[in-house]
Amino acid sequence: MAQRGIREFDGKRMLAAHWSTYFGQLPAYPGQVVLVAPDTDLDALPKEHPWLTKQKLVVKPDQLFGKRGKHGLIKVAETYDEAKQWIAERMNKEVTIGKVTDKLTHFLIEPYVPHEGEYYVAIKSDRDGDTIYFSNHGGVDIEEVWDTVVEIHVGVAEDINQLDIESRLPADTPADKRKLFADFVRGLFKFYRDLAYAFLEINPFVVSDSTIVPLDLVARLDDTALFECGDKWGYITFPAPFGRRFTKEEEYIKEMDEKSGASLKLTILNPKGRVWTMVAGGGASVIYTDTIVDLGYGHELANYGEYSGNPSTSETYEYAKTILDLMTREKDPQGRPKFLLIGGGIANFTDVAKTFTGITMALKEYKERLKEANVRIFVRRGGPNYQEGLRMMRELGKELGVPIEVYGPEMHMTRIVNLALGSAEEAAQGEKK
Amino acid sequence: MAEKRPDYILFDRNTKAIVYGYQAAPIQRMLDFDYACRRDTPSVACIVDPTQDGYHKCFWGASEILVPIYRTIREAAAKHPDADVLVNFASFRSAYPTSKEALETDTIRTVAIIAEGVPEHRTKELIHIAKQRNKWIIGPATVGGIAAGAFRIGNTAGTIENIIEARLHRPGSVAYVSKSGGLSNELNNIVARNSDGVYEGIAIGGDRYPGSTFLDHLLRFEANPEVKMMVMFGEVGGLDEYDVVEALKDGRITKPLVAWCIGTCSKIFPTEVQFGHAGARAGAERETADAKNKALREAGAIVPDSFDDFDAKIRETYERLVREGKLVPKPDIEPQKVPMDYADAVRLKLVRRPTEFMTTISDDRGEEPKYCGVTISEVIEQNYGLGGVLGLLWFKKKLPKWATNFLEMVVLITADHGPAVSGAHNAIVAARAGKDLISALASGLLTIGPRFGGAVNDAAEYFTFYHDAGYSPDFMVKDMKNKGINIPGIGHRIKSVRNPDKRVELLKEYARKHFPMTPYLDYALEVEKLTTTKRENLILNVDGCIGILCCDMLRSIGYTPEEVKEFVSLGALNALFVLGRSIGLMGHVMDQKRLKTRLYRQPWDEILYLMPDKPEEVK
Repeated sequence: MAQRGIREFDGKRMLAAHWSTYFGQLPAYPGQVVLVAPDTDLDALPKEHPWLTKQKLVVKPDQLFGKRGKHGLIKVAETYDEAKQWIAERMNKEVTIGKVTDKLTHFLIEPYVPHEGEYYVAIKSDRDGDTIYFSNHGGVDIEEVWDTVVEIHVGVAEDINQLDIESRLPADTPADKRKLFADFVRGLFKFYRDLAYAFLEINPFVVSDSTIVPLDLVARLDDTALFECGDKWGYITFPAPFGRRFTKEEEYIKEMDEKSGASLKLTILNPKGRVWTMVAGGGASVIYTDTIVDLGYGHELANYGEYSGNPSTSETYEYAKTILDLMTREKDPQGRPKFLLIGGGIANFTDVAKTFTGITMALKEYKERLKEANVRIFVRRGGPNYQEGLRMMRELGKELGVPIEVYGPEMHMTRIVNLALGSAEEAAQGEKK
Repeated sequence: MAEKRPDYILFDRNTKAIVYGYQAAPIQRMLDFDYACRRDTPSVACIVDPTQDGYHKCFWGASEILVPIYRTIREAAAKHPDADVLVNFASFRSAYPTSKEALETDTIRTVAIIAEGVPEHRTKELIHIAKQRNKWIIGPATVGGIAAGAFRIGNTAGTIENIIEARLHRPGSVAYVSKSGGLSNELNNIVARNSDGVYEGIAIGGDRYPGSTFLDHLLRFEANPEVKMMVMFGEVGGLDEYDVVEALKDGRITKPLVAWCIGTCSKIFPTEVQFGHAGARAGAERETADAKNKALREAGAIVPDSFDDFDAKIRETYERLVREGKLVPKPDIEPQKVPMDYADAVRLKLVRRPTEFMTTISDDRGEEPKYCGVTISEVIEQNYGLGGVLGLLWFKKKLPKWATNFLEMVVLITADHGPAVSGAHNAIVAARAGKDLISALASGLLTIGPRFGGAVNDAAEYFTFYHDAGYSPDFMVKDMKNKGINIPGIGHRIKSVRNPDKRVELLKEYARKHFPMTPYLDYALEVEKLTTTKRENLILNVDGCIGILCCDMLRSIGYTPEEVKEFVSLGALNALFVLGRSIGLMGHVMDQKRLKTRLYRQPWDEILYLMPDKPEEVK
């Protein structure tokens, strides 16, 4: 992986934990913030966090999506009981944000901070360094006021201590806050670099009793830096993006993938689709999917998936079985054929015959159901021992009585998509006649 | 410093590389490629491995060569100043410091970083250093790249068969740059089938900040007169492809460029909600494959409608260049044949060779060693016990419970007979001389033979001989008396008919109860009847009883008399005694060490000295 979103809670927790290191001279942000998960005992929380019952609170979901205010998902609660009730009403309920629907499962509670100005700061990574964005007009959709934002680029080898931040803040920065903001930005930048953030946006932060308090925070960490920064991060999770829910079969493959040294991925796009893929290799699987979409069959595409990294025979067997089971559950209502594309590029070192062994085992097992569902199979693969792998597939076709067309590197990688979909086209034409 | 090449050439037929990390397989693959290309010298100058130095043996064609191994990049670079490439197989943890050191080494110009998972801010630092020092980075997270007929980074392009299939052993006119390394083989194949072949192919790696970009390499290809057309293979995500769009527009790229960005399918995926941040301002739309393909097409690249036409576009472009006389197809050259690895030839059943060694009792090649076909975990789960394991490894049989119990009884009975017997005495003397456990044990074991512990074996031999030959017990007693041999296994220092040896009683009782047959015991007891009439203590002793019952056991499990004889002659009965007694001997050795006893010296008064005053003089 690489850059991955983290919860607002974790960002604020880290800021508070490392405040004295990076913002030593500034009044400390107390970091009063609590994360509520489905299994959190809300009644027990005040014991650990007494401030919860002593002030006005802000409650909001913490699940890597923004624009919560616009969706009525930020609550200012007069009392803790009110906050509890608000959470209880929403926990495990579905909401739709934009085009995506998912359950609410995590909420953040923090003190309500009375304030006047709202300010914007963000830091973003690029190839040559990192860019700081600052505006005195935070708290809104920043893109609407982008002309108030100043950008300060800090090169890879540049030392933020040597940069004059103060004079580069926007002209409308209040005079009495220039030094405070410059110190804050400098500290935030060092925090960002030391902890391997790839993106950090605080919109807005406010000043309350001369203490800087982040109200809303969005961040991504570079998770490959775990071995360098794990101690500083503390306990951290990288939640799945909002709206990414898994079916039973996807969950099964995901679990297998996590336990295995190999890579096994499955996303079901449309279980009623007639075009199913089982492709070796991350890049090749994307290309097959692209081609199906580009040839105008996106609506018939049932799944996206790939296997790679030398999976064992039992892994490819389980993987193939999962797909075959899904695709043969029901016949096409109009009796049209279904297509299974067993594709792949030219492997570097993977023994093709070996990886096909698991697949042929599964195909044999599903012989009757494949026939019932009127499945046609197309194979294309190259690499070590591919001749033997392809021979196995051809033999299997005779044995199963299911049409299997088999090709090697002499044929362009995605041509089987054309062959399969072309035959679908022909069949459709034939019916019309 | 290596011989001066034009800046646009990173690799040629004389390129030498330092390989960081002791990676035997990729090193051999690099050498095999060199050999197939008919390079004069291997491309791997040396290996750096912080844990060892010395030499690595590998093949150059059919013969073997040595590649030096150094502990540091500094030493490697100092000894091989002509190596200007470092192929870095360091892990994601050490990729940064090692690549940094390499970039700061004057003689190294190009660093290929194979590791996946190098932190982005570390890569950015490396990019900065490379830029300042005018160096090249390929990767991280890549298989590397290949200059056809010249140089190959590590595992790029797969097996030698594939390399020859894709004609990579000689240069063509098409250079490509791709993000994905996994697909580079497919690209090699596509280019080879639709043109005169690959000139060079680079996989820049899948990270967000590749050490060198599409444009960096395309500009090199643009400058290289040997490259007549270029291929670029981009991806959804990131914006690096737009640098190429700019270069097409402002005329820095003029050679025909066939381009395609994969990931056009992303539009049908359930998308993750975009949060309104500074990054989104650039417009996530621009990062899609569709937008990039469109921009490339508009800037003058040759972009197919889908990947399915990618091959056709390359072919069309190539044929057009040939037609226009801008490209003269590069000749095909026969590769130098790389001998097949012996292991591969065996796997493919192309060769055979007589073995030098054989075994019929165990096999350690599978996931778990097996004793005579039984996995060790099965041995534990099914309670084979010590006797069961003896059955598997000595008799190659799964013995019934009565037999394994008997074998275990024998081990228990023979385990120790106190410190005074020869074996224990020797072991103790050796232990007291400060020898280690194994030496002291061996010293004790070496006394086992005809006089000490040998009665078990001898009893078995004599009793089975007379019994199997059909002689009567009476004949046996008389015959041995005539030959002047004491019957082995008969007689005890103290025990007698009226004061029987309890151990012998127990063994006999067990055999009567459990053994299906006891022909030798029955015979021996007849002999004992005769001998005890002569003297009270001429009873069947414990050694004799063990030896005889072992033979009965063998007969009971189906051995013929001939097989029993063979087994005894193999030393199987001594083996049982050795096994049991080793327990006691080791006990004595450890006991002596625990007691910290000192060197043993036989007291003078226990030795009779009969030395003459002077030697007899031989005239």
